[in-house]
Amino acid sequence: MIELNAQTIAFAILSVLVLGGGLGVVTTRNLVHGALWLVLSLLGVAGYFVLLSAPFLAAVQVLVYIGAIAILIVFAVMLTRSMTSLGEVRNRQWWLSAITVILLFLLLAVGIILPVWGRGAPGEVTSLSATVGGAVELGEALVAGDGFVLPFEVASILLTAAMIGAIVVARDEEDEGA
Amino acid sequence: MIPLWMYLLVAALLFCIGIYGVLARRNAVAILMSVELMLNAVNINLVAFWRYLAPQDMSGQAFAAFVFVIAAAEAAVGLAILLFVYRTKRSVIVEDVNLLRW
Repeated sequence: MIELNAQTIAFAILSVLVLGGGLGVVTTRNLVHGALWLVLSLLGVAGYFVLLSAPFLAAVQVLVYIGAIAILIVFAVMLTRSMTSLGEVRNRQWWLSAITVILLFLLLAVGIILPVWGRGAPGEVTSLSATVGGAVELGEALVAGDGFVLPFEVASILLTAAMIGAIVVARDEEDEGA
Repeated sequence: MIPLWMYLLVAALLFCIGIYGVLARRNAVAILMSVELMLNAVNINLVAFWRYLAPQDMSGQAFAAFVFVIAAAEAAVGLAILLFVYRTKRSVIVEDVNLLRW
């Protein structure tokens, strides 16, 4: 059975943060509060990365997701004056969506739990290996010729194209002549 | 030790919350936030599988890093489109944006 130690307690707290934040995002009426719930959820995911011994990804999660994307969303909320969401939060088919999502979750849960039902299922990991690749290994894998150098460069181009595209799309054309 | 299936279960739940947000919310900013939740659920899965099944091989972490890049690009382009829609339609409610509807 699962013993009670610092790791499991941290896991429980982080799960509450992640799932509570997620529920806050999809249910809150005020979108600024929604963005704050999103930050809470993203922080919980960063904690998961620390628990899973990937501290570099945790740092990137805080910098990129909380530092950039969440702030960008707050900007969008402010710029579109949609803070109180103008009436109904949910559309007319929300109950249909809820039923679909619950069914999907049950399906996924069966798929996750069935293989490990009953102790000692074959292929189950009982102890984690102590040697874990860190930021150095990740950096080497990202630029190694037999690693991820091609996807890495493609991702750079994609990011540049997306940023330029965002500027072009969001530019106010009426103000250009002034 | 926390078993792998607990991470997978939390990630599945977070993914389903995200899908519900995408399907049921009316505000486009809220829909984008739900998409971020779904991407995060995927990242939890990638890193958990990496840690438990192949900690020497860096593929899991590299994939998670690429998901970060895609998420950043998606957020930037999505919000730019949203601002443009708001400027033309004075609304970010997705049901009001039906210019392409036949």
